[in-house]
Amino acid sequence: MQVEKFSYDNLVVKQFAIATLFWGVIGMLVGLTIALQLYIPELNFGIPYLTFGRLRPLHTNAVIFAFVGNMIFAGIYYSVQRVCKTRMISDFLSKFHFWGWQFIIVAAAITLPLGFTTSKEYAELEWPIDIMIAVVWLAFGYNLIATIVKRREKHMYVALWFYIATFVTITVLHVVNSLEIPAGILKSYPIFAGVQDALVQWWYAHNAVAFFLTTPFLGLMYYFLPKAANRPVYSYRLSILHFWALIFLYIWAGPHHLLYTALPDWAQSLGTVFSIMLIAPSWGGMLNGLLTLRGAWDRVRDNPILKFMVVAVTAYGMSTFEGPMLSLKSVNAITHYTDWTIGHAHLGALGWNGLLTFGILYWLIPVMWKTELYSKKLANVHFWISTLGIVFYSIPLYWAGLTQSLMWKQFTELGVLQYPNFLETVLQIIPMYILRSVGGFLFIAGIFLCVYNLVKTAKKGSFEKNEEAEAAPLIKEADKLKRGMIHRWLEKRPIKFALLATVVILIGGLVELIPTYLVKSNIPTIESVKPYTPLELHGRDIYIREGCNTCHSQMVRPFRSETERYGEYSKAGEFVYDHPFLWGSKRTGPDLHRQGGKYSNVWHYLHFEDPRQMSPGSIMPPYPWLLTNSLDTSSTSAKINAMRTIGVPYGEEYENFANKDLMNQANAIADDLLNNGIPADPDKDVIALIAYLQRLGTDIKGNKK
Amino acid sequence: MSVIFVLIGASLAIAVGFLIAYIWAVKSGQYDDKYTPSIRILFDNQKKQNETESKSDLNNKQGAA
Repeated sequence: MQVEKFSYDNLVVKQFAIATLFWGVIGMLVGLTIALQLYIPELNFGIPYLTFGRLRPLHTNAVIFAFVGNMIFAGIYYSVQRVCKTRMISDFLSKFHFWGWQFIIVAAAITLPLGFTTSKEYAELEWPIDIMIAVVWLAFGYNLIATIVKRREKHMYVALWFYIATFVTITVLHVVNSLEIPAGILKSYPIFAGVQDALVQWWYAHNAVAFFLTTPFLGLMYYFLPKAANRPVYSYRLSILHFWALIFLYIWAGPHHLLYTALPDWAQSLGTVFSIMLIAPSWGGMLNGLLTLRGAWDRVRDNPILKFMVVAVTAYGMSTFEGPMLSLKSVNAITHYTDWTIGHAHLGALGWNGLLTFGILYWLIPVMWKTELYSKKLANVHFWISTLGIVFYSIPLYWAGLTQSLMWKQFTELGVLQYPNFLETVLQIIPMYILRSVGGFLFIAGIFLCVYNLVKTAKKGSFEKNEEAEAAPLIKEADKLKRGMIHRWLEKRPIKFALLATVVILIGGLVELIPTYLVKSNIPTIESVKPYTPLELHGRDIYIREGCNTCHSQMVRPFRSETERYGEYSKAGEFVYDHPFLWGSKRTGPDLHRQGGKYSNVWHYLHFEDPRQMSPGSIMPPYPWLLTNSLDTSSTSAKINAMRTIGVPYGEEYENFANKDLMNQANAIADDLLNNGIPADPDKDVIALIAYLQRLGTDIKGNKK
Repeated sequence: MSVIFVLIGASLAIAVGFLIAYIWAVKSGQYDDKYTPSIRILFDNQKKQNETESKSDLNNKQGAA
């Protein structure tokens, strides 16, 4: 048989690898900044764009989609070509994918600090960027699948299956969670409300962890760990088995993010059960990775690359054990809304994703530049300070989470809360925040060493854009799906063709029907729950813009410690007009769902001007610009129209009168402020935000004054 | 809570898609050999295999480095 000659595209791998480190440095520096802001709020320099609420989504998006994302693509483009024994099907698509993805990251880095956000965690980007993501993602998917189809190797190596699962599932998740109705060029409302929106969001977010941070990285592990160790994976059979088990189980575990919320109990239990089951396939992957090194542990001692990989896989095993434990309701009751969650997420992100990334890059760069690593010693130093960094990051946060949660729940012998002032529980854990930022600093110092080491490595080697290779062709009907042939192939198969057409029509029909159906189901089950007034709606959008939900939850759980502190527990029916839901996932500050009427307008006004006027020692930053920014009332009608489209019952043509109602309500608040000695213009942002906060949780009688 | 049907639908669609993929994989003999694929990826068939220093040697050195 004639051997075919071809070449591998190394250029796109190089580009993605450089982007990985570039965005890694930036994303982690933003992370360190917000970690410091938690105990030095002045570090936002009084600039609205640098507040915690706006930088936190930038940090999460940058490290997930830019740092880890670019690593995934670098690793996929390198390994897919080699296990398929073919070049990527389209150099153009590879280029389009690379530059498109970087463009999206830049768009995120600009819009998020400007306050353009959907508020949905890890899906904060607004609708035009959502569309760009879909286009670039599909380009990547086509490039991947079509390359696999024309492969020269009959067997599809297990890593390929992980990559395919990543592409398919992320596509579905992104589409469903981005169903939103535009209310401006960079503003939209999700078609789902309240409980429904919360469920969709956490179905998405949980599976973003599963199919963006886990499956592609397992694929990379199955390629790069055996390559770096130069020995086959421990059990190929186990790799296949745990792959199929993992993807079938993961998708059902999302509701464990909503335990004890207003989500129906049975859905919560479903999430818990699947989370526990997930231990098995997750540990299948971990054990397979670790046992690959059986009999070669002496090499781990000498080889920094293997050290990185071993600790990465261990961190994967620890966090996939921790995750199911946190999904147990009794554990979750203590850890949820606390820093424990942040510690857990970073054990996975820094340990599994971070260290595996470094391990792969230390292997990949010397191979592609045909040289040896510049300094093994430096890589060892990097290994130790990043491992120590993770320890210093996560353990203080576990401690902080536990301490604070127990303080929230502590009653005195007389049956009243021992720490009724929330701030007291925050100040208690400040030392832990300081330690955590030391951990973060160590980890970042490590990535700088990594960059230096790899740049030096590249400088002494020589990079070849196209790496020559050869392989025997795959004979069996390999050309069946050649360009222009797909349709002819289908024409010969009328039944298959009809089935495919039906599926396409069904998808189209469902996309049309489901929103209508859902809108109808947003009917309130609580009579007294009414839509937000135009001013409150604006206030709500300011709440979203400033990222208040990154630190404040709006979900009082049915525990005595919470009903004593905040008021009546939250009911599902109270959120039917909440597009999007704003339940939050972390209480750096107190819950706000029963905030309405708790404090006076003046209190809020002064608190926004400088929180420390009202709560000495508070770590919430001042928001003086809310007092001077004028409210943009020109968007009112667009907002009312968009809300009506997704089922909020504003009257016919209400958009024409909405601004009149808005001014009346704003004037009333301004008058109240004036009566209490504070002259304020009624047309400022702060008035709308106060209106919203005073409305929160007041639709039903349940407030604790 | 009707959104649960959308999510179950979307999740099932993914699951059924993978079930079909799984059945295809087994039927088309993807998993007939569960040993050699793990070895095969360790060898890169590069063109200049017979020149002075083969690249797979280089790779091995990297691995052991």
